[in-house]
Amino acid sequence: MSEKQNIQEVDRSLYDFKDDESKGFFRMKEGLTREIVEQISEEKHDPKWMHDFRLKSLEIYNNMEVPNWGPPIDGLDMDRISSYVRSKSNMKGNWDEVPEEIKNTFEKLGIPQAERESLAGVGAQYDSELVYHNVRDEVAKSGVVYTDMESALTGDYADLVEQTFMHLVPPTDHKFAALHGAVWSGGSFVYVPKGVKVDIPLQSYFRLNAKGAGQFEHTLIIVDEGADLHFIEGCSAPKYNVANLHAGCVELYVRKGARLRYSTIENWSKNMYNLNTKRALVEEGGRMEWVSGSFGSHVSYLYPTTILKGDHSHCEFTGITFAGNGQNLDTGAKMIHIGEDTSSYINTKSISKDGGISTYRSSIVIEPSAKRAKSSVDCASLMLDDISRSDTIPAMDVRTGDADVGHEAKIGRISDEAVFYLMSRGISESEARAMIVSGFADPVSKELPLEYAAEMNNLIKLEMEGM
Amino acid sequence: MAEPLLKVQDLSAAIEEGELLHHINLEVNAGETHVLMGPNGAGKSTLGYTLMGNPAYKVTGGSIWFDGEDVTKLSTDKRARMGMFLSFQNPLEVPGLSLESFLRNAIRQKTGKPLKIFQFKKELEETMALLQMDPSYADRDLNVGFSGGEKKKAEILQLLMLRPKFAILDETDSGLDVDAVRTVSRGIEEYQKKRDGALLVITHSTKILESLKVDYTHILVKGNLVKTGGPELVEEINANGFEKYLGKEDGGKA
Repeated sequence: MSEKQNIQEVDRSLYDFKDDESKGFFRMKEGLTREIVEQISEEKHDPKWMHDFRLKSLEIYNNMEVPNWGPPIDGLDMDRISSYVRSKSNMKGNWDEVPEEIKNTFEKLGIPQAERESLAGVGAQYDSELVYHNVRDEVAKSGVVYTDMESALTGDYADLVEQTFMHLVPPTDHKFAALHGAVWSGGSFVYVPKGVKVDIPLQSYFRLNAKGAGQFEHTLIIVDEGADLHFIEGCSAPKYNVANLHAGCVELYVRKGARLRYSTIENWSKNMYNLNTKRALVEEGGRMEWVSGSFGSHVSYLYPTTILKGDHSHCEFTGITFAGNGQNLDTGAKMIHIGEDTSSYINTKSISKDGGISTYRSSIVIEPSAKRAKSSVDCASLMLDDISRSDTIPAMDVRTGDADVGHEAKIGRISDEAVFYLMSRGISESEARAMIVSGFADPVSKELPLEYAAEMNNLIKLEMEGM
Repeated sequence: MAEPLLKVQDLSAAIEEGELLHHINLEVNAGETHVLMGPNGAGKSTLGYTLMGNPAYKVTGGSIWFDGEDVTKLSTDKRARMGMFLSFQNPLEVPGLSLESFLRNAIRQKTGKPLKIFQFKKELEETMALLQMDPSYADRDLNVGFSGGEKKKAEILQLLMLRPKFAILDETDSGLDVDAVRTVSRGIEEYQKKRDGALLVITHSTKILESLKVDYTHILVKGNLVKTGGPELVEEINANGFEKYLGKEDGGKA
């Protein structure tokens, strides 16, 4: 508890720009300006359409209000938004300023120093280029395009990017989507051609080396007809950013008969406002599978959305959220059924501890066109003590007579009897609690590749220790 | 004479609502089997929980010594690591934790050494066969969806795999059919004979005792140990019930 307090104090000092001003840095008490966006666009050598798109997004951003529902985001000073946006280039972070909590976690997860500094956002770019190139060359043989988002703007699939970029999540969606549209930077582009099945999960390596990424990164994946891909993004190491706003965007296109599994484990530093938007569009007979682990952050708004447009399209969402001290995590999923015989399944687990607040929020929409749609929601919450909170807010909007919709919610507390039972076999109390919580998370672990499942279990253990 | 394995001295215990055990004295030597009988609500399970250190039961007086050490204030896991074991009357379900990985973890934590995996697997297989448990139960979530009989078998499986020096069996036979009682008894016999384990068997019936060598029998009434005798006491209770001992608890206290 005292450690948490400590970190919050460190955070405050990080955002105190007085020192910088005295050293001649420009004042940052201002909103996001056209100049800043122009500058970003220029630095990135944007094509004209992207340049215009950024400015258009800026205009939308300036005319929109921050969301007035969900967890409070007062801590995010919108008047100083330019400092969040430009912090990477204007502020050189320092390893000494990285909170102890994060350093300890790196230590426990066994991440090498060079990567630690890069993950913490304060080191030189970690050279993962070689690894990345090898993977890219491997999949390129089958025609798969896997590149960073900036290169994609001018590459062979530039037209495709233009036709799809922020079409699923338009800048008008909400204020942070507009912000993203104006200042996005970094991320991955993947295109899997028709009928190509990528055997190995493709992992995003940009987590290590993207300058300014991890804050406004954009992921765009297109799996063409009959193709198959498993894409993994994020990692269990806490991402530390000097600026505490993350407004990333993920757009996934699953074409006719294709399958995409998109797995993420996110572990943001505990000062972070994570306002991320993820959306998938599934065509006829396509299959979308989300596996989502939300750890860390101060406040999260995260509801991956799937639009089941094509007939017989299907989506499964498996998610876990862990809210500890000082965290308010509002997560869930949305399913929009448009096509006939579409089906969706949501299975989420949320854990709250040490006064953490975890809210499950979901929305199932079954449009009149979605004849014989099926949807099933199963959400379970586990509270580890008396001071934590867990809420469930499921919404359903069913506009057909023949839909088959089910919802099951369970909220429970860790049982003292069960802890005693495990302890009576020689297992320590902390280990017993961790085993019960890992068991609760097991349906999610099972969906992850082995090494990620192991990472997630380690992460749960660390969170249980109150890291 | 050597120090007894378990020495309970003048032990009283209470829950929030009041005292449940009064001035219990009990000694169990290595390899001995003690039977604890008594009418419903006498405090038999309470004694088991208190010996094992369930935080819901507070020791209000007296002490518990195990293997020469005062364990009265020791946490449950430490008692278990010293060689104490409690087979639960109602074993708890832990979703997402397989029986096998639970056992591996428990053995690792108990011994503090890495597990010899091949040896463990072999022993697990053999012990499950002895208890007539389907091998698939090893991969199933601990006690989740197990029948009453399978739960009790899983308790005895843990007993045999964890090799404690002293085990409390809390109504291991209750709710089991004749065949299951026989199977479970075989497991307990194995623990008693081959591992020279000491036992405190809490039971209502005598079926489970048929194949076991019993050294002492104790009768608990309203939180007081009112009578201690040999194996013949089991027969007597079996024939005449507890009636003779009801109302004796005040005498026991004096």
